Parts: sequence; structure tokens; C-alpha cells
Amino acid sequence: MIKKIIEIKNLNYSYPDGTEALSDINLDIFEGESIGIIGPNGAGKSTLLLHLNGILRGNSHIRIFNQDVNDKNLAHIRSKVGLVFQDPDNQLFMPTVFDDVAFGPINMSLPKNEVELSVEEALGEVDMLRFIGRASYHLSFGEKKRVSIATVLSMKPQILALDEPSSNLDPKHRRNLINFLKQLKLTKIIVAHDLDLVLQTCSRVALIDKGRIITAGITLDILRNKSLLETHDLEMPYPLFKEK
Amino acid sequence: MKHAYIDEHSNIDSYIHRLDPRIKIICLVAFILFVIFTKPTSFIAFALYGALIAVLILLSKIPISFILKRSIVIIPFVLMIAIFIPFLKKGEVAGGYSFGTLKLTVTYDGLMIFWNILVKAYLCILSMILLITSTKLSDLLKALEKLKFPSVFVIILSFMYRYIFVVQDELMKMRQAKEARSVGGSRWFHAKVLANMIGVLFMKTYERGENVYLAMCSRGFDGKIKTIDGFRLKMNDFCFLLIMIGILTGIRILGS
Repeated sequence: MIKKIIEIKNLNYSYPDGTEALSDINLDIFEGESIGIIGPNGAGKSTLLLHLNGILRGNSHIRIFNQDVNDKNLAHIRSKVGLVFQDPDNQLFMPTVFDDVAFGPINMSLPKNEVELSVEEALGEVDMLRFIGRASYHLSFGEKKRVSIATVLSMKPQILALDEPSSNLDPKHRRNLINFLKQLKLTKIIVAHDLDLVLQTCSRVALIDKGRIITAGITLDILRNKSLLETHDLEMPYPLFKEK
Repeated sequence: MKHAYIDEHSNIDSYIHRLDPRIKIICLVAFILFVIFTKPTSFIAFALYGALIAVLILLSKIPISFILKRSIVIIPFVLMIAIFIPFLKKGEVAGGYSFGTLKLTVTYDGLMIFWNILVKAYLCILSMILLITSTKLSDLLKALEKLKFPSVFVIILSFMYRYIFVVQDELMKMRQAKEARSVGGSRWFHAKVLANMIGVLFMKTYERGENVYLAMCSRGFDGKIKTIDGFRLKMNDFCFLLIMIGILTGIRILGS
């Protein structure tokens, strides 16, 4: 049987100023799957993502690896759920690439040689090993995005949560990213406007609008539903147009 | 976009660059202390300190013009502080000006203090420039941390190093967006727009700070920045430290 690794039940969350961001979210995520979370701007996609490793707690009906999120297991959960933020300038905050990728493993209190090893592995996986000693600021945008992913891969997470991984990438780097995500054997949660990327990398999709899950299901079923997408300010991805 | 570097000459491969940053910091502090505690009249000591720093600069292979340019930038600040001293110090009068009833006199003691401040400041500035340009800033920060410098300061410096250009870019982009829409308008109006831009920039950096904090938390940050020890002292480093202390002591004895 496929294991349920994240269970979200009746999740509500309001911003400190009272605006309701998420209401009555129910979503299960299974081991090994790739799920796309799509929806228009301001739908609450990123807010939902922040709940997945305990940065936001909402009213806390989230179980990750069959555990409630609480202060005691927070560190454990954060090491299992790697969250990559949209803006790599926020994700990369240390002076050099090495320090950035090592930040997670060091916080996990790994011994020095294991830290170095996991940094090299993670950078190798995103093909950025030769930039290990460089200052993050002097990387190009595509390079920063790749290093951003390495910063969580080095923590050896079981779930990778990405916020708009393809935004601002040029076509070649976007293509590389898609191929990379396809071969990555992890549970993936991808928040994106780029429905073409979702089509190629995700088996399941959840459509969110105004803080509610409108529908969740097989990727093709949802992305082929032109009228549904258009009611929620989205557009059918181009490859599906040609099919008709 | 052209990226500015704070530590643009830190990638040169030279004897000075290869030294352990901790040793460099200790030597810098020692050098500054020795210079500060030199008697103003021991001109030979100042000349030798100058020669020492010149040799170190030559060893570092950093372009001399670069170091001179950097050092000159700081001179006006020193001058501004020191320029009034010759007029205020009482003592044997070296010369004077009179503007009607107002009389300005310059004393020998005052001039000596002025020279003292100027030469000491310049020597210290040269040594600091040498340290900063011959060390990667990230290594320098790590070395400070290892030398038990308060970690709050190290963290603040490291974030400054990481984000100063990001903020600068943001300001530049805002300015370009403003220029692109600026057609005429009074000077006063533009000044007001600038004030708004500074406000927006503040909000942006504030928000960025919050987002960076979230990114740190999601990778297990618990209030303490931990790094792994990357330095190892070599024979060379000890030799350099000993030689430097030896030379400094030698100059001190010679000068007194």
C-alpha cells in the first residue's frame, strides 16, 4: 500500500491582520508522488507550502510522517521536508555557496566530514560543484536557482517542496530543471503557475483559488479541463492544445 | 548588470594571501598597537614601519595603485579631525596669522601632534587595507568568529556582505523605473519622489529580512549560526607571526 506522508485536514489559516488565507483545506500527499499545486496569484499556494514544514501552523491539523507538528519534532520535520523559496536571494543568505549548502546539515549537527560529503553530493546533483567556493551573489539567476535546490538536497529530505521553481528561468535552464525534477526520486510538491512544467513533472494536481481547494485529481484530467482552468484565471498548457 | 566586488583582489595567489586569516588579524592588531604606542619623535621607527608595510604590500602582489587609491579616500577624514590641533595646542609658537582682532597661532607641539596623528593613521589604514584586500571577506568573517569576536557582529557583517549589493540593485532598478517615467517635473517634486523611494526600499529590505529568516528556519536555524572549522595553521603561519612580532619589537627598540 502507498504510504500517506502528509495529511492535511480542515486547515484554516488567517494572516495576522485577519485576512483569511486558507480555509478548509483537505489534502493527502503520498510517498513518492509528485503533486502540483496550481492556482492564480494570491490563491494561497505559497502559504500552504509554508505549512508543510511547520513555519506556519494554522490551526494545526497537519500530520507529517504520521506526527503532529509541534515544537519537539519541528527540527526533525524540517530536515525531512526541504522547502525551496521562490526568490533565490532569500534562499541563499550565507557568504559562499559552500556555507549556504552546508547550513542545513550543520544545523542537523552532522559531523564535519559528513557535512562536506553531503554538500558535495548535493552540489554534484544539481551540477554546480565547480561553484563551491564562490560568493552566492556573483552567480547568475539560473545558477542561484540550482544552488537553492542543493541547499535543501544536502539535508537529505524525503519531501521536496518547491515554490515556483521555473519563474524567471530562461528556456534552456527551465528545460534542465524539468529534466532534473523528473529524474529526482523524492516526493515532490511543486507550486507553480507554469502549468507546462506541472504537466511534465506531476502525476497529481490540486487547484487552489481564494484559499480553498477547488479540486484535486490526475494531472491530465484537470489540465485538459479548459473551462475549469479559465474560471480560475489559468490557461491550458500548450502541448494539450495540440492534442485536440 | 555589473557586479561590484568588496574583495576584488582576494583571489591573487601570493604568500600574504595564503596566510591563515587569523594570523593576519593578530598581526594587524599587533602592528596597529605598536604604531600607536610609538613616540611621535622617533622618525626612524615610523620610516621602518612604513618600509615593513611596503614590503608586505609588495609580497601580496596587489596593485600598488589600488592600495594608494583606497588609502587616499580615507585621508580627508583624518585631516578633518587633525587639522585644528596645531592651532589649539599651547606651547612654543611656530608662526601665526592675524585677521584683525582674531589671532591664530600655530605651535611646535601642536604641529608634532598633527604629524603624529597623520602618520599613525596612515600606517594603520595601509595595514588594514592590506588585510582586507588580501583576504576573502567570507574567510575574514570566519576568522573573526574563530577568534571569539562576538557572533552577533560577525552575523551582521556576513549578512551585510551578502545583501549590500542586492539592496543596491533594488535601488538601482527603482531609480531606472523612475527615470523611465520622468518627464520634467520640479526639483522639489523629484526630491519628494526620492524620499518615497527610500521608504519603499526600507519596506522591501524589511520584508526580505523576514523571508530570509523563514528560509533559515526551514533549514533548521535555531538562533545560532554554526559553521565548520575550515582553517588549519601551517608552519608558514607560525613563522610569519614570529617574524612579524620580531620585526615589530626590533623597530620599537631601535626607535626608542
